[in-house]
Amino acid sequence: MSPRDTSYAGVMARKNEIMKVSLGIDYDRYVHSPVSFDYERMMADTGYTHAEIARIQRETKVGDTPLFELRNLTNAVRKISPPGKGATILVKDEAANASGSFKARRASISAYEAAQKGFKGIIAATSGNYGAAVASQAAQRGLKAIIIQEVYDSRGVGQPEIVEKGRACEAYGAEVLKLSVGPELFYLLLLTLEDTGFFNASLYTPFGIRGVESLGMEIAGQVRARYGKDPDAVVITHAGGGNLTGTARGLLAAGCDQTRVVACSVDLSGLHMASDHDFNRKSFTTGHTGFGVPFAVWPDRVDVPRNAARSMRYMDEYQLVTQGEVFYVTELLTKLEGLERGPAGNTSLTAAITLARQMDQDQIVVVQETEYTGAGKHQNAQLSFARENGIEVRRGNPEENVPGKTIVIPERLDQVWGKPQDMTRLRMSYLKNAARNHPLESWDEVDIRFIAEDLKTSPEWVRQQMTGLEI
Amino acid sequence: MTKIQAGTWVEIEEVILKPEQRAPSLPEDTRKVPYLLRVSGFLVEDAELGAVVRIRTIIGRELQGILKTVNPGYSHSFGTVVPELLTIGTEAEE
Repeated sequence: MSPRDTSYAGVMARKNEIMKVSLGIDYDRYVHSPVSFDYERMMADTGYTHAEIARIQRETKVGDTPLFELRNLTNAVRKISPPGKGATILVKDEAANASGSFKARRASISAYEAAQKGFKGIIAATSGNYGAAVASQAAQRGLKAIIIQEVYDSRGVGQPEIVEKGRACEAYGAEVLKLSVGPELFYLLLLTLEDTGFFNASLYTPFGIRGVESLGMEIAGQVRARYGKDPDAVVITHAGGGNLTGTARGLLAAGCDQTRVVACSVDLSGLHMASDHDFNRKSFTTGHTGFGVPFAVWPDRVDVPRNAARSMRYMDEYQLVTQGEVFYVTELLTKLEGLERGPAGNTSLTAAITLARQMDQDQIVVVQETEYTGAGKHQNAQLSFARENGIEVRRGNPEENVPGKTIVIPERLDQVWGKPQDMTRLRMSYLKNAARNHPLESWDEVDIRFIAEDLKTSPEWVRQQMTGLEI
Repeated sequence: MTKIQAGTWVEIEEVILKPEQRAPSLPEDTRKVPYLLRVSGFLVEDAELGAVVRIRTIIGRELQGILKTVNPGYSHSFGTVVPELLTIGTEAEE
């Protein structure tokens, strides 16, 4: 046998075979063309019913998290809203899952599947809460875990939030590969999958997304039981798209087909995600536009052949908020509601305040997650680190926020206003990406129908835009 | 230099890709620096700091790299106080 080619190009060329072995999914079975595939069949082929997912998750301390009404915050919002406005704000306390975030749902089915199939361990490449979730679920299923993380810049300086997430992975018994800045994380993932023969607990497999469906179903059940109606809007922090996709699918499975699904990301426009210099100039390491926008407008850019997280399929609106607004709202949640939670998980709470102000008082807006907090993963830790790295931190109007330069913390609640994204522009951007991957002339009826479903629009709209589409 | 004893919990560093081996289409600043890996484990044989060593990770894998740190810990904290946060949500701000 000839020695294995471990060069960057050599490993990337073996991507498909490594993926097939490490996932046990043959994506070729679902593919129709470079843009379209049978999404629903791929999701159904995971073979789990919602009841089975709930049972599996209960075994490893996932799900059945409390849903709290934020009474003081709702009242504060009503005071600054027009008469009759100010929807009730609810929050799903996902920090109560094992490992402290909703990501436990996402890891739970992968860990179960890996154990069932006889894998000795699982691997995930992530700098988010997902690492701790995989490590915690693996520990409970008797599996080894390797977490591959982008942690520090070329000076060896790590974001306090990521350093904490790495610590949590090690606390749950995982081996953590800590890397400097760069997209070659994926290269090391492939190499490590090949070396170990472990299961690939990618964030973007059908197992990951099916696991999050229980979150949407629980919200539907809890809101109906307590308020006798469906939630009017559910706000979801959006990065890679799995949180939104899974939650929305769960809501739909429970019959909440009138509930508005609102995405929300922290606006980090202007910062380059692969830049060594910019790495420590951002205070949010996920849930931001650096992931949220590219993944929305082209989901199939991930570490698996076809992404099961397809946010535009389910998204009705997309709000952007600034770092300063999220830190402000995190502090308010602590002081007004007596709930100290991590800032990244409060991104959607920030957008919910904006929405609640515009919704009627008898309506309900649900913030579908919180995350744990602790050293490094806290507004004070993240802001003092920003200041040490030359970022200006001050109170003022959040409109003056400049990612990588200035964090402006609102002075008053009525300055928390967010910024809606233009959904048509996002859909057009998706169409252009699709056309780059598969020339327009080659799109057949199946492709057009798939794209329409992927963009929550009609085949007629897609056909209209195809004429004169400039790539 | 004193030898670090086998079995000690250490952190190693390894250059995964030299600047010229890195992925295409990286921003300028990232392309200039090597792609580095750090990982912790138990030292397999006695060695000095800076030597190329093998470690056994917490899940039992053997990896090789330059011995950098003995008993690597965590120093992240809640940071120095950020006064701008203190009054948010309090009467002082009503």
